[in-house]
Amino acid sequence: MIHFVLLISRQGKVRLTKWYSPYSQKERTKVIRELSGVILNRGPKLCNFVEWRGQKVVYKRYASLYFCMCIDQEDNELEVLEIIHHFVEILDRYFGSVCELDLIFNFHKAYYILDELLIAGELQESSKKTVARLIAAQDSLVETAKEEASSISNIIAHATK
Amino acid sequence: MSAQSIMDSLFQHTLSDMIKALRHQPIAESKLISKSLDEIRHEMKSTDPGTKSTALEKLTYLSSIHGADMSFASFPIVELLSSPKFPLKKTAYLAASQSFHDSTDVILLITNQLRKELSSLNEHDVCLALNLLSKAVVRKKAIGLTFRVFERCPDSVRVLFKRLVENLESSDQGVVSATVGVFAELIGRDGRDGREYLALAPEFYRVLVDCKNNWVLIKVLKIFAKLAPLEPRLGKRIVEPICEYMRKSGAKSVVLECVRTVVSCLTDYESAVRVAVEKIREFIGEGDPNLKYLGLRALSVLAGKHLWAVGENKEAVIKALSDADPNIKREALRLVMMMMMMVSESNVADICRILVNYAMKSDPEFCNDILRDILVNCCRNDYQVVEDFDWYVSLLREMSRNRHCREGEEIERQLVDISLRVKEARPEVVRVARELLIDPALLGNPFVHRILSAAAWVSGEYVEFSRNPIEIVEALLQPRANLLPPLIRAVYIQSAFKVVVFCVHSFLFPCQTVRSLSLDNLASRVSGLLSESSNLANPDACTDFEMDKDFDPRFHGRTGDEEEIAMENVGDDATADGQSSCSNPFSHDCILNLLNLVELALGPLSGSDEVEVQERAQNVLGMVGLIQQEISSDITLVEKEGMVREKKSKASTIVQIMQDVFSEELVPVATTAQERVPAPEGLVLSENLDELDTICGDIIIPPESSSFYLGTNLFGDKISVSTSNQQNEEESEPWSESTSLLAQHRKQHGLYYLPSEKGEAGSSDYPPANDPQSMDDLIDGAQIL
Repeated sequence: MIHFVLLISRQGKVRLTKWYSPYSQKERTKVIRELSGVILNRGPKLCNFVEWRGQKVVYKRYASLYFCMCIDQEDNELEVLEIIHHFVEILDRYFGSVCELDLIFNFHKAYYILDELLIAGELQESSKKTVARLIAAQDSLVETAKEEASSISNIIAHATK
Repeated sequence: MSAQSIMDSLFQHTLSDMIKALRHQPIAESKLISKSLDEIRHEMKSTDPGTKSTALEKLTYLSSIHGADMSFASFPIVELLSSPKFPLKKTAYLAASQSFHDSTDVILLITNQLRKELSSLNEHDVCLALNLLSKAVVRKKAIGLTFRVFERCPDSVRVLFKRLVENLESSDQGVVSATVGVFAELIGRDGRDGREYLALAPEFYRVLVDCKNNWVLIKVLKIFAKLAPLEPRLGKRIVEPICEYMRKSGAKSVVLECVRTVVSCLTDYESAVRVAVEKIREFIGEGDPNLKYLGLRALSVLAGKHLWAVGENKEAVIKALSDADPNIKREALRLVMMMMMMVSESNVADICRILVNYAMKSDPEFCNDILRDILVNCCRNDYQVVEDFDWYVSLLREMSRNRHCREGEEIERQLVDISLRVKEARPEVVRVARELLIDPALLGNPFVHRILSAAAWVSGEYVEFSRNPIEIVEALLQPRANLLPPLIRAVYIQSAFKVVVFCVHSFLFPCQTVRSLSLDNLASRVSGLLSESSNLANPDACTDFEMDKDFDPRFHGRTGDEEEIAMENVGDDATADGQSSCSNPFSHDCILNLLNLVELALGPLSGSDEVEVQERAQNVLGMVGLIQQEISSDITLVEKEGMVREKKSKASTIVQIMQDVFSEELVPVATTAQERVPAPEGLVLSENLDELDTICGDIIIPPESSSFYLGTNLFGDKISVSTSNQQNEEESEPWSESTSLLAQHRKQHGLYYLPSEKGEAGSSDYPPANDPQSMDDLIDGAQIL
């Protein structure tokens, strides 16, 4: 099972974190700090797997972002690399040539996509089309609700409450 | 109130505003964050759900990226969860999934809410609820649009089992995939060994054979990996499909999973293992470091039972030792160690040679990994793999010479161990020790100093195997040795002691000397050495051991003499062949010079403030002083006769005794030896020592317990030991003697005495050395300065 997902920039800034196992706030910061140190120091040609604290961490670098996932000893590393790639492709499709800025300003959307992809640390949906469809549907829901809220009648009703 | 809320909502910083602000202010980030947090707290109290939701968004961002604490927001989150508006609910769910965990109190409040959501018609609501639940409370798996839920609680598993099995046969790929995933996790969790799931094996088998989806395939393989050890017939059935996949599949991840399954539980099936090894070889041979690493790992798992596989890939593994990636290097090293376990003589030597070569070229970290592994593996089971100890000892010397070596302690232990227990190896160990002592480079690496200590000890203890004891003494007493820590210097001096006694003994009693072949050739060796060291006359040339300028004149004198004597000796040997077999390897002057050398080297150390060094130096000097007198005054000992008359002088007896002491063989003592010593009759070992009072009660204990400084201990820490009462009792007796003398002296020369402090116990008390009070005064005095 995947214990957590971490997105770190080349400078060590955290862009996204998702935890599938219980980690306290202090533990989380500690983990992030340690892992950043280990992964950012690795050279480009080395293999994408790191042994860390008795678990394995699979990471892949896309442009200036490192996508890291921590897995158990018995899990298949190549499979996790595929999952990471899957995630990136979906993001790409959704944002249209995604870049780091997109993830910074739309981080909640990235979370929603990740939630559709992985549930409780396991891959849930392996079809890109399905995920894209779901997210699009959610977005449209959000849009309609927001439009409703910002309509004049609502503001007046609100102000006179 | 409403006006305020409009103001709030109109001028509230949105999430993008906050992010932009943070990015523009990289330096004052934490201040900005705390300011934002305060704003958020304020906004949370607002009545408008829109405001709250924006605030929550910002808070989620701060919490997940910057680690801010979100716990104060639990209640507002719950409020928002029940909001009818989708976007607000969405934000609330996200916030909840980030911050809720098992001990959040408000979870109870939302349970009802969740139940409502789950039965809601809107599929998106359900998804939201499910995502939250999987994080916070219970693990559930939802399959896309079909709203199936699988729970982790054991009870619900039983309940849902039937449903689960139905799902296995579902036509929807997604469903099957999720179901299989669930099973993969359920089996083997919480210590269950999965027997219950064996009944499902046929279903899984069908999935295995029919499935086209790689993800599902991998999960099914995992399931089989866990089930196969339980049921032998299962293995037989799945071997075929797995081999098929290994051969045909294009996806590396599937191949890897197959290989792993074979390697972990199908090791009895030759055909499968063979295919797996084939694949592993491909992996290792590829340029991709990922595959190389994974291949090596799989190989090391396989090596337990099928060592031949490792042997086949020997070259690839050894090449991997020099790979750029530390992970790969480590795996390769582990495999090489396993190869060493393959029993064959030449194997071990070859492998170690290759490894030590690699160690020379690598970075310090890996180098020490290699050395450590070699040391551990070779000494396992009482050096089981080492057939030839001579070779092994020279290997230890090679390792010591490595400039990154940090394994000094282990090498030291092994050298001493081998020399104690393997008699035949002793000459070789002594030879190696000599080289180590002479080599100046070793003094530069602090981790290696312990090896020098072992070398010195070995040279002293087994000096009879040494070819040139004089050289050993010179090496042990060289000035550079003073750079070593005190413990090691102490060993040096003690060894020098043993060697000197040996030399003098063989000089005085040549017929008794333990003859090893090499000593007969000593004369020619000494002359050999001299022709080398005739360069010593030339101050510019340096030999292996540099000597201070002070020593040069000594040497000049010595070389001159020794050459003559050596010539004579050789001549003597030739002529005196028929006469006697006791030719003296040492000349009179040689011994004299040796003793002078010792005196010069150790003289300054006799005042050293390190107790170990001082003690031993004094011992040796005492001995040397005694012998020197006797020998130098005995001019009648002329060697032209080729035989030395045994002289019953005091020196000779003492030398004889010492040599007897030193030639007693030290053997290792078993750890249980102490227990076998029976307690003598009539001795009662009582628990407390109160009875001592009755015996020693009449001894006066001084008013304060004094503290001693032991000076710097071996590793540079200062120890202060306060003496126990018992020790005080012992010392109070001699005190009374000296105090009376002191009192007398004081009476005579009272004028010159410093005023006594506080009139403590009059002036007849011996002031305790270094007592805390006077130390404080000293310190204060220093501070004033």
